[in-house]
Amino acid sequence: MLRVPKVLASLLIALAFGTLVSAQQVTFDRILRADQEPQNWLTYSGNLAGWRYSPLTQIAPGNVRNLELQWAFQTRAPAEANEKFEATPLVVDGVMYTVLAPNHVVALDAATGRMFWLYSPVISPLARVCCGRVNRGLAILGDTLFMGTIDGHLIALDAKTGKPVWDKAVVDPALGYSFTLAPLIVKDKVIVGPAGGEYGIRGFVAAFEAATGREVWRFNTIPEPGQPGHETWEDPARAAWKTGGGPVWVTGSYDPQLNLTYWGTGNPGPDWNGDPRPGDNLYTDSVIALDADTGQLEWHYQFTPHDEFDFDSTQVPVLVDMPWQGQPRKLMLWANRNGFWYVLDRESGEFLQGKPFTKVNWANGFDAKGRPNKVLASTAEGTLVYPNNQGATNWYPPSYSPRTGLFYIPSWMDTFSTYFKAPVEYVPGRQYVGRFPTMSFPAIRPAVGNLNQRPPEDGYGAIQAFDPKTGERKWEFKMVDVTDSGVLTTASDLVFAGGREGYFFALDARTGEQLWRATVGGQVSAGAMSYAINGRQYVAIAAGSVLFVYALRQ
Amino acid sequence: MRASICVSVVVISAVTATASAQDHSYTPADIENGGRLYQTTCSGCHGPAGDEIPGVALGRGVFKRGTSDTDLIAVIKTGIPGTAMPPHAFSDQEAAQIVAYLRNMTVVRTGIGTTVMRGLGDPARGRALFEGKGVTCHRVYGRGPRTAPDLTEVGLTRPLPELRDALLDPSATMRPANRPFRVVTTDGRTIAGRLLNQDTYSIQMLDSSDRLLSLPKRTVREQGFASASPMPSYKGTFTDQELDDLVGFLASLKGFNP
Repeated sequence: MLRVPKVLASLLIALAFGTLVSAQQVTFDRILRADQEPQNWLTYSGNLAGWRYSPLTQIAPGNVRNLELQWAFQTRAPAEANEKFEATPLVVDGVMYTVLAPNHVVALDAATGRMFWLYSPVISPLARVCCGRVNRGLAILGDTLFMGTIDGHLIALDAKTGKPVWDKAVVDPALGYSFTLAPLIVKDKVIVGPAGGEYGIRGFVAAFEAATGREVWRFNTIPEPGQPGHETWEDPARAAWKTGGGPVWVTGSYDPQLNLTYWGTGNPGPDWNGDPRPGDNLYTDSVIALDADTGQLEWHYQFTPHDEFDFDSTQVPVLVDMPWQGQPRKLMLWANRNGFWYVLDRESGEFLQGKPFTKVNWANGFDAKGRPNKVLASTAEGTLVYPNNQGATNWYPPSYSPRTGLFYIPSWMDTFSTYFKAPVEYVPGRQYVGRFPTMSFPAIRPAVGNLNQRPPEDGYGAIQAFDPKTGERKWEFKMVDVTDSGVLTTASDLVFAGGREGYFFALDARTGEQLWRATVGGQVSAGAMSYAINGRQYVAIAAGSVLFVYALRQ
Repeated sequence: MRASICVSVVVISAVTATASAQDHSYTPADIENGGRLYQTTCSGCHGPAGDEIPGVALGRGVFKRGTSDTDLIAVIKTGIPGTAMPPHAFSDQEAAQIVAYLRNMTVVRTGIGTTVMRGLGDPARGRALFEGKGVTCHRVYGRGPRTAPDLTEVGLTRPLPELRDALLDPSATMRPANRPFRVVTTDGRTIAGRLLNQDTYSIQMLDSSDRLLSLPKRTVREQGFASASPMPSYKGTFTDQELDDLVGFLASLKGFNP
C-alpha cells in the first residue's frame, strides 16, 4: 500500500466516507460559545455551565420512535471487570474522540464509526484505583486533546495523529493517586484533580499550561497548617490533614463573567471512621469556587461536614441564571451523593435551598447558613443510613434544560447501607477506609453475571425532574434496577438516559413519559451526548463495552 | 464475630485440609486479621462473600491466576497488570493472612450465623438422613427436582453456622434468590416458581414445572415474593447428633470439582 502521512490518510478516509474534516482549531472562544455550534460537543458536559444539553432539535418527541442504530464501536473485548465505559465522547467537526477503559484514546469518523487512529499508552502496574479502571473523557483545545490517566499522567495528544505532544507524570500512582475525570479547559489552561479518596491522598485542583504541561497553579483541597480551614482538622497530633482525602474526580464548571471555576470535592480519609480526623474536615465533600487565573479560593460550601458515609461531592456543578424569589440571580444547582439537592448563589456561595430527592435519614434539615443537621454517625454496632454508600446519585452527570427550566437527576431511590466503625491505620499506598459498609445494591455491577432478584424494599432507580424555582418534583421515571447513567436533554424537550438493566431510552422532558427505548445489552455507565453531521442529528451512548450511535431512520 | 471465630477454631482442620493448594499454615489470629484486611481492602470490589467479580469466587478457591498460597500472596501484593486487580502495599505476612482468610471465609464469614458449632457430624449418616427427608425437594449433583435450591455446592457457599440455622429456621436464612415468587397474569393465570431476573419491563422465572419463562410486565397483574420458606423447620424432628450429621453431609457438598 502506498505510504502516506497519517494526517493525509485520515483526511482521505474522511473524504471517502463523505465527511470533510475541518482544519479549524478549537479555540477557547469556540468552547465559550458552544451553543452556537450545536453540531459539535466540545467539552465533557457540552458547555462550560455543566448542562449536558444539546440545542439540536431534529430528533423530537414526535419522531423519536424512528431512531435506529447507525453504528457501534466495540472496545477490546471482553473488557476487564471494573473497566466500565464511562467516557462521554467529544465531537469536533465530524470527528469523534473518546476513551476506552482504562486509557485508550480513539478518533472516529462520527458518521460511520470508522477509526482514524488509536493511542494506547502503557499504564504503570503500580496504578491502583478503588472503584474501577475508568476514564470519563477528554478535553480539547486547539489541535490538542488532553487525558488524565489512572497512573497519574496528564497527556496531551495531537488530535490529528494521536501522537503525544507532551506527557507529564503529575502524581504518584503507588500512593493511590489517579486521574479518571475529563479535564476542563479554561482559557489557555487544562484543569484536573486526582481520584484516590480511598487511599489517604491529599486532593487538589491544578491548572496546567495547555501548550507545555507546565503547572501554573494548584489549590490543595486539604489546607495545611497556617492556611484557612486547617482548623477544621482537630486531631491532637495535627497530622490527619496529610491523609485527609478530598479527591477531585468529576469535571468542574466555569463562569466566564465571574472568572470562577467550580469543583466538587470527595470524601475525607478514612472514609468510614471519622475518629482519626475530628472536625468538619474542610474542604472535603464541598464545592469550591476558584479564580480561574490563580487558583485562589473565592468561596466554599461544605455539603457534608465530618462525613463518615463516603458522600463524595464529586458531581458536575450546574450553573444557571434564573430568577430566585423574584430577583435575577446567578445560581448553582447541585444534586449531591448525600441525598439532598441544592440551590446555591454562585457569586457568593450562599446556601439558598436544600431538599431531599430520595429517602434521607442522616440529616433532618439545615440551619440558616445551610449546615446540615446531622443526626447519625458511624458506630461499632452498625448504623443504618439512607441513602446507601454509593449515594442517592454519584458522578453520573445530571442535566439542565433552559427550555423546561428543570433539573434532571439520575437517582438511586430509597437505598440504604449499614456502617460499622472499625479500626483503621494509614499505610502509604494501601486503602485507608475502615470497614466496607453493607449495601442494598452492589456499588459496582460487574461486567457480566448479576441477575436482579432484589425485592422492591431494597430500593430502585429513577430519573427525576425538579423545578429549582419551586423545589417541586415534576416527575419521576422509575426503573427496577438502579442507574449509573448520566442524563442528556435536548432543545426538542427530550431526555436521554439508561441504567444497569441495559436499556437506553428517551423520555418526554416535560412529563417523564417514555417515548422510545433500545436494548443495549450492557449497563449504561456514562452520559449520552448529541451532535450533527451534514444536518443529521446523532445521539451517542456508551453501554457495556460498546459505543452505540443512533439517528432517525432515513 | 466472637461466635464465628469459635467456629473457625473447630473446623479449620476440616476445611483447609482439603485445600490441596494450601502451602502455608495459619493460626486463628491470622484468619481473623486477614478477615479484617479483606473487609477494608478487598470487599469493595470482590464483595463480602468474594464472589462479585465474574469468574472469581475467592471463598470457593476459584481464582483467575494461581492456586497456591504463594501465587495468591504474589497476586495480592503486585496485582495483575493490565487488569482491574491493583497492587497492594501489604507485607508478606499480611498478604498471607488475607489468603488464610480466603481459605476459610465460607466458614468464618463475619456477621452471619449465631450458633456455636458443636462440631461436624458424620457425613455418611447425614446423607442417609438427607435422602430420607430432603431429596424430594432439593437437587444434588444433577439429580432431583429444581423447585428448591440446588445443594451441590452448599458446603462452599454457606458458612457452617448458617447450614445449621437453615435446618432449624429456614425462613430466617433464606437467600434472596431462593424466595418463592408468584405472578398473576392479566388473563388470570397464577404462576409460581423462582425469580431468576427482572427489569423494568420484564420478568424471567423458573416455574414450578421447570419451565423457563420470560414475561413482559404488561401481561402481569400482580407479582411478589413470599417471605416464608416452603421448607419445614427440622427443630424437634432431629436430635442434636442427627443435626450435626446433616450439617456434616451438607458441608461435604463442594461441587463437581472440589
